[in-house]
Amino acid sequence: MTAGREEPEVPDLDGRPHIEVRGLTMAYGDFVLMRDVSFTVRRGDIFFIIGGSGSGKSTLLRHMIGLAEPAAGEVRIGGEPITGAPPDVKDRLLRRMGILYQSGGLWSSMTLAENVTVPLEEFTDLGREEIRKLVSLKLALVGLRGLEEHYPSELSGGMQRRAGLARALALDPEILLFDEPSAGLDPITSRRLDELIRELRDSLGATVVIVSHELPSIFGIGTNCVFLDAESRTVRATGHPAELRDRTGDPVLRRFLTRGEDSMPEGCR
Amino acid sequence: MARTERTAPGGARLELDLRDGTLLLHLVGEWRRVGPSPIREVERRLAGAEGAPPASCVAFDASALAGWDSTLLTFVRDVLDRCAERDVAVEKSGLPGGARRLLDLAESVPEQRDAGRAPRSPPIVDRIGEITIETGRSAAEGIEFVGSATLAFGRLLGGRARFRGSDLVLLVQQTGAEALPIVTLVSFLLGLILAFVGAVQLERFGATIYVADLVGIAMVRDMGALITGIVMAGRSGAAFAAQLASMKVTQEIDALATMGISPMEYLVLPRILALCAMMPILTLYSDLLGILGGLFIGTGLLDLSFTEYVQQTTDAVGVGDLVGGVLKGAAYGVLVAVAGCLRGMQAERSSAGVGKATTSAVVTGIVAIIAACGLFQFVFYVLEL
Repeated sequence: MTAGREEPEVPDLDGRPHIEVRGLTMAYGDFVLMRDVSFTVRRGDIFFIIGGSGSGKSTLLRHMIGLAEPAAGEVRIGGEPITGAPPDVKDRLLRRMGILYQSGGLWSSMTLAENVTVPLEEFTDLGREEIRKLVSLKLALVGLRGLEEHYPSELSGGMQRRAGLARALALDPEILLFDEPSAGLDPITSRRLDELIRELRDSLGATVVIVSHELPSIFGIGTNCVFLDAESRTVRATGHPAELRDRTGDPVLRRFLTRGEDSMPEGCR
Repeated sequence: MARTERTAPGGARLELDLRDGTLLLHLVGEWRRVGPSPIREVERRLAGAEGAPPASCVAFDASALAGWDSTLLTFVRDVLDRCAERDVAVEKSGLPGGARRLLDLAESVPEQRDAGRAPRSPPIVDRIGEITIETGRSAAEGIEFVGSATLAFGRLLGGRARFRGSDLVLLVQQTGAEALPIVTLVSFLLGLILAFVGAVQLERFGATIYVADLVGIAMVRDMGALITGIVMAGRSGAAFAAQLASMKVTQEIDALATMGISPMEYLVLPRILALCAMMPILTLYSDLLGILGGLFIGTGLLDLSFTEYVQQTTDAVGVGDLVGGVLKGAAYGVLVAVAGCLRGMQAERSSAGVGKATTSAVVTGIVAIIAACGLFQFVFYVLEL
């Protein structure tokens, strides 16, 4: 992407592993949701976690950010395990990640500017003026210039999602995680969000992990994916989404990636 | 990547270099979390300090830049702003590619001017006006709410109101049985306090036996119902408001309405019924506990015997007092339930709205109870009850 002049600021996208999930077993009490989940997210990937409803995609994401502890296995961020890490290590690792929650997760009692300000105030020692400038930059990056003083409730769903993204970007994360970023958005808004995600990945050199079952997004910007299967309770396939669709011999995966002929979009169960 | 060995110790540095009217900004070192940016220096040079001619063009050189984050972008944006003010051309090609792309991205969507907002604090006259209008609207909503609750009650009497019996049973349990511990504690302590305050005064006349009258009449006529009402406002009224408000946020109430099920019948009516049914019972219970509190002081502190105290209490308290108190309790129950449900249904669709609704429900409930208590005093006095 940045051919020609070598630029020190873009992290190498040479495929070194950034997030490694090894033999992860996720369980609620005795109920095992997924077992032996293993995959690797490389630096600069736009990595999709896909699978039918109830297959544990969001739970996997929660494990990857250390919000839930696995029954077995581990997750490594840049080689450092986040599973079972002491709270201070976990906090340090989490500060390198920006997370966008399903419905934006904005704090409704704060304006957009205040929402983005909070992480900067909490975790940097920058002055008020610098923070103000950073906040206005982040909001501009996601196309919300001039809406600093608006409250989340005054925005459309797509704008709320963008504002959530601005907050996720606040601390210049090297990993961006999205939980169903385009759920409930119209196709055009959803596509713009995809383009924004790709643009941010390219310019920030960040690694992106997305939980989604929006096929246009998966084929549009995905560089790698893992398919979780609710039936067999484990990983069914990993690889480049379009290649998986065209080459897989697995009928379940094929049906999912082609939306089936007669079944519902999530009808893989 | 290969240049990290040239990282300037001590973080970021800016070197300025004016050549042929072009101000070259050398970005040096690790440009991360840079506090106050060196924009002043750039400004000074742009203005043409130290006898040098003002620059006509600004360019960047990032060859010695080891790393950067968003603070570099805010600095460059500052430079761009200053240059735009002075009509100075800027050559961005020297910036790192990623930074350049991000700057373009930030400029790509125009500022949403039409979305400009009213200033944070409008003039006082505006605010008074807004508050007045808001109060009027809220009062009208309250009246409308009471009206439709009454209609729903009418349908209930006609046997046409729809709600789930199991909901009502659960509400009765939540507002009745589960409130017993707190009512026990508060009422017992209230009886204790009344007896103690009375005893100090009555002891001077050697009339300590009248503590039983004081506590008995006060608890049964008013205090039992009042304190139970206030406890229920804080407990059940708040719960009603919080639940209905969050149901509004999650569109559960819309779902009911669109199915042709009246939220008024389905949600509000059972809550009012439950509280209206439980409050008299809780009031009676509170009366009893208050008298027990008085008895505790009477026998423990004032050397009154158990039978003496009980006899004095039963003589002093008439059936009329008891019935009056219980009726007041039922009325407070309706007030608390209506206040809770009203504020819940009025809530804004946000988590802050849920909080406001809950606060407002408790305040409204307590104010309504106290006002009603005053009104009852007056009516009972006029009717010589």
